[in-house]
Amino acid sequence: MRTKSDKQWAFVGHIIMICLTICAIAPFILLITASLTEEATALRDGYSFFPAKWSLDAYGYIVKQWAVIGRSYLVTITVTAVGTLVGVSISAMLAYVLSQRDLPGRGVILFLITFTMLFNGGLTSTYIIYTQVFHVKNTIFGLLLPNLLLNAYYVMMFRNYFENSIPKALVEAAHIDGASEMKIFRHIIVPLSLPMVASVSMIVALMYWNDWTNGLYYLSSNSKLQSIQTLLNNMNENIKFLQQNNNPALSGAAVNIPSATVRMAIAVVGIAPILLMYPFFQRWFVKGATVGAVKE
Amino acid sequence: MKKKKRIIWKKYIPLYIMALPALVYVIINNYMPLYGMQLAFRELDYSKGVFSGKFVGFQNFKFLFATKDAWMMTRNTVLYNLLFIVIGTVFGVTVAILFNEIRCKIAARIYQSAILIPYFMSMVIVSYLAFAFMGGENGFINNTLLKLLGKEPISWYSEAKYWPFILLFIHTWKGIGYSVLMYTVRLLTINDEYYEAASLDGATKWQKIWHITLPFLKPALILMTILSVGRMFYSDFGLFYQIPMNSGHLYNVTTTIDVYSFRALMNLGDITMASATGVYQSAVGFVLLLGANMLVRRFSKDDSLF
Repeated sequence: MRTKSDKQWAFVGHIIMICLTICAIAPFILLITASLTEEATALRDGYSFFPAKWSLDAYGYIVKQWAVIGRSYLVTITVTAVGTLVGVSISAMLAYVLSQRDLPGRGVILFLITFTMLFNGGLTSTYIIYTQVFHVKNTIFGLLLPNLLLNAYYVMMFRNYFENSIPKALVEAAHIDGASEMKIFRHIIVPLSLPMVASVSMIVALMYWNDWTNGLYYLSSNSKLQSIQTLLNNMNENIKFLQQNNNPALSGAAVNIPSATVRMAIAVVGIAPILLMYPFFQRWFVKGATVGAVKE
Repeated sequence: MKKKKRIIWKKYIPLYIMALPALVYVIINNYMPLYGMQLAFRELDYSKGVFSGKFVGFQNFKFLFATKDAWMMTRNTVLYNLLFIVIGTVFGVTVAILFNEIRCKIAARIYQSAILIPYFMSMVIVSYLAFAFMGGENGFINNTLLKLLGKEPISWYSEAKYWPFILLFIHTWKGIGYSVLMYTVRLLTINDEYYEAASLDGATKWQKIWHITLPFLKPALILMTILSVGRMFYSDFGLFYQIPMNSGHLYNVTTTIDVYSFRALMNLGDITMASATGVYQSAVGFVLLLGANMLVRRFSKDDSLF
C-alpha cells in the first residue's frame, strides 16, 4: 500500500538521483565534446558542451600517431590479461590450500597472508627492493609485479567461498576416485565458483587497466612500455612542468605536448573500452557486492 | 607410527606446491620490503651499496620531525580522512535511504548504473575531467559558467582556499556510487514486515527511518567507521597527487603523507627522508589498525580482521 507520504519520499529520491546522475555523467560528456571541438574554437571559447564548431581533427591525429598510441594499448591489454590470469590463478590456488582445515602449517600460511593486510614496508622500501634487488625498472615486470598481483583480501574472499559454498561430499568423492588436488581444483572447485572467480577477475582486470602508479615508479619517461594510463599521466607531467616553468620559449611545440583537444581525445580512447564493457562489468560488480554483503 | 606420518606428509605435498607461487610473491612483494625498512635507520652511502650505510638510529626521524612538512602532511592526512569519513557516511546513508524509496525498477537501474561509472575510472582520467572544468585557459567553468555570471576567471590551480572543497567534491563524486550500493544491499535485507507493522501503528516516515532503518544499518556503519579510522594515516595517492596537477601553490593543502614520500623519493631523490616517512606511516598506521580491530572485536567478533 502506497501512501501519499511514500510518494513524496520517492519524488525527493528521484530528484536527488537525477541530480547525481547528471553530476556523474556530465564530465564524461564534456570530455567527449571537448575532443570533438575544433582546435581554434577550443582555444577561443574553452571546452564546452555545445562547441561552436565541431571537428574530428583530434581523432585524425590519433590515427596518424597510432604507432605510439596503439603500442600503449597493446601494453595495457597484455599487462591486464597476464596480470589478471596469473594473479587470480595463484590467489585461488592459495585460497584452496587455505580451505583445507587439516593441512599442517595452515596457520603459518594464514598468518603470513593476513599480516600483509596490516603492515607494509611502505613505498620507498618496496621501490628499493624492486629496483635494486630485482631490477624491474623499464621492464614489463615493473608494470606487472609491484602491489597488484595478489591481494590478501581476495584470497580471503575465495577461501570463504570455497569453504562455505562447495559441497564437501563432492570433493571427498573425487579424492576417493583418486583425483589429484590440482585436478580437483581445476575441474570441481573453479567451475563451481565461477560467479566469485568472475567478480574477482573483473576487479583485478580493472585495477591493471587503470594502473598508472607502477608506470610512474618503474618506467622512465621515454620507455616504450608505457601503458595508456602511463601515457596520459606523462602528458600531465609535461603540462605540470610547463606551468611551473612559465617560460614562453618552452610552450607549445618545444615540449612534446599534444594540443588541448588531442589530449581529451586520447583520454576518450583510454576510457572507451571501460565504457563499452560497462554494462557487463556493472552486473558482475553488483553481484559480487551482493554476495559479499549476504555473507556478513 | 613413523610410517603413517610420512604417508600423511606425502599426501600434502601437492597442496604445498599449489600454495608456493602465491607465497613466493608475498615474500617478494610484502616481506622483502620489511627488510628494506632498515634504510630509515641508516645513512645513505652509495659507494657502499644501499643497505650498507652507517647505522644511525633515529637520527633520520629527528631530521624529518624538525621540518614543517612533518606536521603539515600529518595534519592534511588526518583532517581529510575525518572529513571524508563524516561527509561520506552521512551523504551515502541519506542518498541510499532516498534511493531505496524509489519503486520504479527501470529508473533505479539507470540511476545506479550512472552513479557507479566514476568509481571505475582511474585518477588520471579524473584529473583530465577536472582539468576540462577547471583549466585556466580552456576550462568550462572559467570560459562559460563564470562568464555567464559576469565574474572574473579564477586561477583554480593556484588558489589553495578552494582545494579542500574541490578534493571533497571529487572524492565524493567518485565514491558515492559504491557507498550507495553498499548501503542499499543492506537495506534490501530488512524485512518489509517491520515497516508494515510500524505503518499500522501510525508511524510517520521519519519515525520509521529513525527507529527501523538506521538501527538496522548501525552495525555496518560502526564497522566501516572503525575500519576507516584504522586507515587514518593512509590517503588516496591518486586523489592528492593527480587532481592538483602537482601545483606548488597548493602543496600546503594537498600534501598528504603518501604524496610527501613520493615527492621525497622520486623528485628529490632523498631516500632516507622518504623511507623515514614510510616507516612513520607504517608504524602509526599499524597501531591505529590494531586499535580499530580491537574495537571491532569487542563489538562484533565475526567482522574483525583477525
